[in-house]
Amino acid sequence: MTLYDIIFYLFALITIGSAMLVVTTKNIVHAAFALLLTFFGVAGIYVLLAADFLAIVQIMVYVGGILVLIIFGVMLTNKITSVEIKTGTLNVLTASIVIGVFMGLVVSIMVWTGWYSMPAPIPATTAYGLGETLISDYALIFELLAMLLLIALVGAASIARREKESL
Amino acid sequence: MSIMEIVVITLIKIVAILSVFLLSVAYSVYFERKIASWAQNRVGPNRVGWNGLLQPFADVFKLLLKEDIVPEASNKPLHTLAPFIALLVAFSTYAVIPFGPEVELFGYKINLVVADVNIGILYVLAFTSIAVYGITFAGWSSGSKYSLLGGIRSSAQMISYEVSMGFSVGGVILLAESLSPVKIVEAQHGWMWNAIIQPIGFITFLVSSFAETNRLPFDLPEAEPELVGGYHTEYSSMKFAGFFLAEYANMIISSALITTLYLGGWQNPLVDIFHIQGGWAVAMQVGAFMIKIALLLFFFIWVRWSLPRFRYDQLMNLGWKVMFPLALLNIIWVAVLIMVFKI
Repeated sequence: MTLYDIIFYLFALITIGSAMLVVTTKNIVHAAFALLLTFFGVAGIYVLLAADFLAIVQIMVYVGGILVLIIFGVMLTNKITSVEIKTGTLNVLTASIVIGVFMGLVVSIMVWTGWYSMPAPIPATTAYGLGETLISDYALIFELLAMLLLIALVGAASIARREKESL
Repeated sequence: MSIMEIVVITLIKIVAILSVFLLSVAYSVYFERKIASWAQNRVGPNRVGWNGLLQPFADVFKLLLKEDIVPEASNKPLHTLAPFIALLVAFSTYAVIPFGPEVELFGYKINLVVADVNIGILYVLAFTSIAVYGITFAGWSSGSKYSLLGGIRSSAQMISYEVSMGFSVGGVILLAESLSPVKIVEAQHGWMWNAIIQPIGFITFLVSSFAETNRLPFDLPEAEPELVGGYHTEYSSMKFAGFFLAEYANMIISSALITTLYLGGWQNPLVDIFHIQGGWAVAMQVGAFMIKIALLLFFFIWVRWSLPRFRYDQLMNLGWKVMFPLALLNIIWVAVLIMVFKI
């Protein structure tokens, strides 16, 4: 077992362990905190695979953006109205059947697929190549995504806008 | 260099930077109090040591010896964790900020930065976005409405100003054609400082960093008349000291970041004018970096004791309706500079 393997399993342990916590814990804020660790674990694995740009984007988008929104929502609903929100366990039998089937599917794919792998050189900079690809080969998709985000922004602004009071 | 040598050199750099950093955090509290007393025409701390110079140590011992009170209604694990998140974020950001050029010491070529990362600027932005968690968790886990309101205000403010901060950095990245802080500093050779080339970006970044560090005139999260102490109302002893240290550490980090991005980092124009070389040049460059940070710190404190606090809606209006369009304007300005004037 090399140092690389040890670090990989460490991050994998963090990711899976905290993900388990997310679904098992009863307290929603604890679940959100465990999700934070999960995102970090995934970012760590990205760094290990020499995808540094992806790792940082993972932290910026998921940890810095989406999870903050989730925590905001949870915090605003949980204590201010002094109603404790807890998650419970329901429909154990149905859930375990569905998960069992899905798990079998994933494991069988994992085992029977002839994974094709080859050694890849570590790129000097990841951001430069990524940027170039985005504005050359994928320019249309890139622009369409920008339009989509703009539409979402305009929609959010129009929902948040104060209604004009009828005089 | 073998791996062992790299590890040892990096460890030495980390220890050196951390000790200088912790000491300057402790003393920035002292300077805050001294400058406050200067601004208010009084004497300030002068009992412990010569002119009160040992005051920071006395403060730390006092905080260490105090009783640590955890409120009944709090969520204990998160309540304990929150100050550590705040400190972790403050300290880990410093890893990518270069404080000097490449030097040769004992036959090794040493870069005066802990980690020269390709995407250093994004790393800094990502970690500052994590800083929100320390404050929101502190506010929520305390189980007090003042803390909660302070925490929510603070996170809303930080998220809003992160946007204009990110967009101001865009101009710097365009000019330097790199995300690495080391390259950004090298691109500002001589007087090509970004503060001179793109003053609008400099101003938006400066204002945003005031908001990000929760300093006056944007210190609404801890507005005393309304919120007692804000998100750290329910903290005492060393946990309170953790937040206190993190605030000053964040101030130093912001100063270092502004220096790196806009004020030429360790670039010292005098070195070129007088053709100084070797060890003296490096010493002058590292010195220039320290002096720039110290001046910015003074500016942070000066503003705090000169300006009143914004109202909450004024703060949000300024962030979204003034700073954000200005930051966008700055990007267009830099693009015009590059395309038309070929800088």
